[in-house]
Amino acid sequence: MVDMAASEEKTGVPAGLWTRCEICEHMIYEKELAESLHVCPECGHHRRVAARTRITQLVDPDTFEEFAADLRATDPLNFKDRIPYPERIAREQEKTGEKDAIIVGKAFIRGRAVVLGVMNPAFIMASMGAVVGEKVTRAIEKAIDENLPLVLVTASGGARMQEGMISLVQMAKTSSALARLDDAGGLYVVVATDPTTAGVAASFASLGDVIIAEPKAMIGFAGPRVIANTINAELPEGFQTAEFMLEHGFVDRIVPRADLRRELARIIDFCGK
Amino acid sequence: MTDVLTAKMPTKSAPKADQVSFLEFEKPLQRIQHDIAEMEREARESGTDLTADIRQQRTRFRTTMRRLYSNLTPWETVMVARHPKRPLTTDYLKTVFRDFCELHGDRTFADDRAMITGFARVGGHKVMVIGHNKGKDIKERMECNFGCAHPEGYRKALLKMRMAEKYGLPVVCLIDTQGAYPGLGSEERGIAQAIAVNLMEMSRLKTPIISVVIGEGGSGGALGIGVADRVALFQNSFYSVISPEGCAAILWKTAEKRKHAAEALKLTAKELTKLDLVDDIIPEPMGGAHREPETTAANLEKYLNTTLDTLKRSRLDTLVNRRATRLRNLGNFFEDPGETEKQAKPKHPRKSTSRSSRLNTGPARPRTASA
Repeated sequence: MVDMAASEEKTGVPAGLWTRCEICEHMIYEKELAESLHVCPECGHHRRVAARTRITQLVDPDTFEEFAADLRATDPLNFKDRIPYPERIAREQEKTGEKDAIIVGKAFIRGRAVVLGVMNPAFIMASMGAVVGEKVTRAIEKAIDENLPLVLVTASGGARMQEGMISLVQMAKTSSALARLDDAGGLYVVVATDPTTAGVAASFASLGDVIIAEPKAMIGFAGPRVIANTINAELPEGFQTAEFMLEHGFVDRIVPRADLRRELARIIDFCGK
Repeated sequence: MTDVLTAKMPTKSAPKADQVSFLEFEKPLQRIQHDIAEMEREARESGTDLTADIRQQRTRFRTTMRRLYSNLTPWETVMVARHPKRPLTTDYLKTVFRDFCELHGDRTFADDRAMITGFARVGGHKVMVIGHNKGKDIKERMECNFGCAHPEGYRKALLKMRMAEKYGLPVVCLIDTQGAYPGLGSEERGIAQAIAVNLMEMSRLKTPIISVVIGEGGSGGALGIGVADRVALFQNSFYSVISPEGCAAILWKTAEKRKHAAEALKLTAKELTKLDLVDDIIPEPMGGAHREPETTAANLEKYLNTTLDTLKRSRLDTLVNRRATRLRNLGNFFEDPGETEKQAKPKHPRKSTSRSSRLNTGPARPRTASA
């Protein structure tokens, strides 16, 4: 579980006409930002995008057919921290217009049929509870059933603490479903986006046949603050980035957002799907 | 290890050793123990016969312990599970298992001392045992990072499990960790990937797997050797998605709220059984596993022996199928608008067997959708 609360507000789509790049502080016109797929035209910073926006960017127009859309979280532990869990869920639903932290469906990418799942960093930092686990599993099963390639766009702060151990075991549930996809000879491509961490990194986000990452995306297991405290030293520049993961052999390709559609289509073609 | 119940050890060394091992909530026990030591010293020095008083104090010790331990709070359970004298994997390798033949290394990078693996015998069974090692003394604890394994530990575990599969040996995993090691090397060598691969491969490993949380079940680092046909917890152990301290720091913004977090996370054996996440609870002696390590070991041995008997009776494909189905069913959610809670349903049991055994068959509590 990585604490991402501090950066949570960054993920919402800004309402104003102009927005400032979080990295180079360049002022960007809203319309221009949408055209550049939420990548800063000045410094190339890949901003976090809401799941619906991502789907629009990724799939052929009007081809996305969502399934399992009505799945909603229960409150298995009667969890209450500063606010009760059901209230937290309700607030997040209100804020994002989504029911939980992932959207799954069927779509076409450059004419290739795929099962697509996109995590939503704006929803409790796309933490994984029973709903995310179930929807990922259903997406995997749909890919098995219809013999389609599976593409999961990951982003997550990790397991959803408010669901306790039920959230932890979703790691095993999704990984087990991927074993079945693997046995069935299915293709699974991960697109790791900022931030792909903790429980999601340590399960389905690391199990792709091909793992693509967006430039500079944070990818890692333990929270950087926890690591800094453990080793009692500053972390090196670029630690836990997509580039770091590529260098150490855990990512196949770093692909800028503008090239994602083309690259996904290429990989699908190579794998004969 | 001083057995405070029988207190037959010479009193000279007893009080000091015990002061270290008394937990915060055990203060009343510590006071009684102190009184007993005082009486014994007085009896010895003055020659007065205090046998009756001492016996009375010992009875008081036992009743107080029973009172404290029959109603542990979740946070107290966490403290017992982390007790410095709690039996470790290395203890059970001597007491529960026989003929342990350690197998070192992941054949790629190193031999992680935080994860111990090897052949062993338990009851009438030959097994592959995999266990976190927290270390007994400071030197050993430093070597094994207090039981926090690196990627090579998880890879070593998987390598040995595959060998077990090849030779038809069941796998017994003993979980006792705060979590996977959070450090530079750990991230550089892909701790997330190592755990993920273990989850996937353990879910389809063609040999029986039993996982027992013997102390701390800390997050992904625990689950990395935790996917099994049977999951058991020792009575005073715990299993959690995050440490109570970590949870408190993130959700309450202060580690001071760790007691609240321990409560909220439902991390005890009892709570996890209610949630259908744990199959069995292995009893501990009154006062915790560390007070009577022999009894604790006997309980574990009995559990492993009978469970292995049971699991070995199943055909391997049935077993693996059932394991996959059980994983498939984990977690409840609301589906259609206004509908009551439903449990995840199996759709793709491994291969095509008609068996639809639902291992986590607890009644889904019907609830109405929240606003």
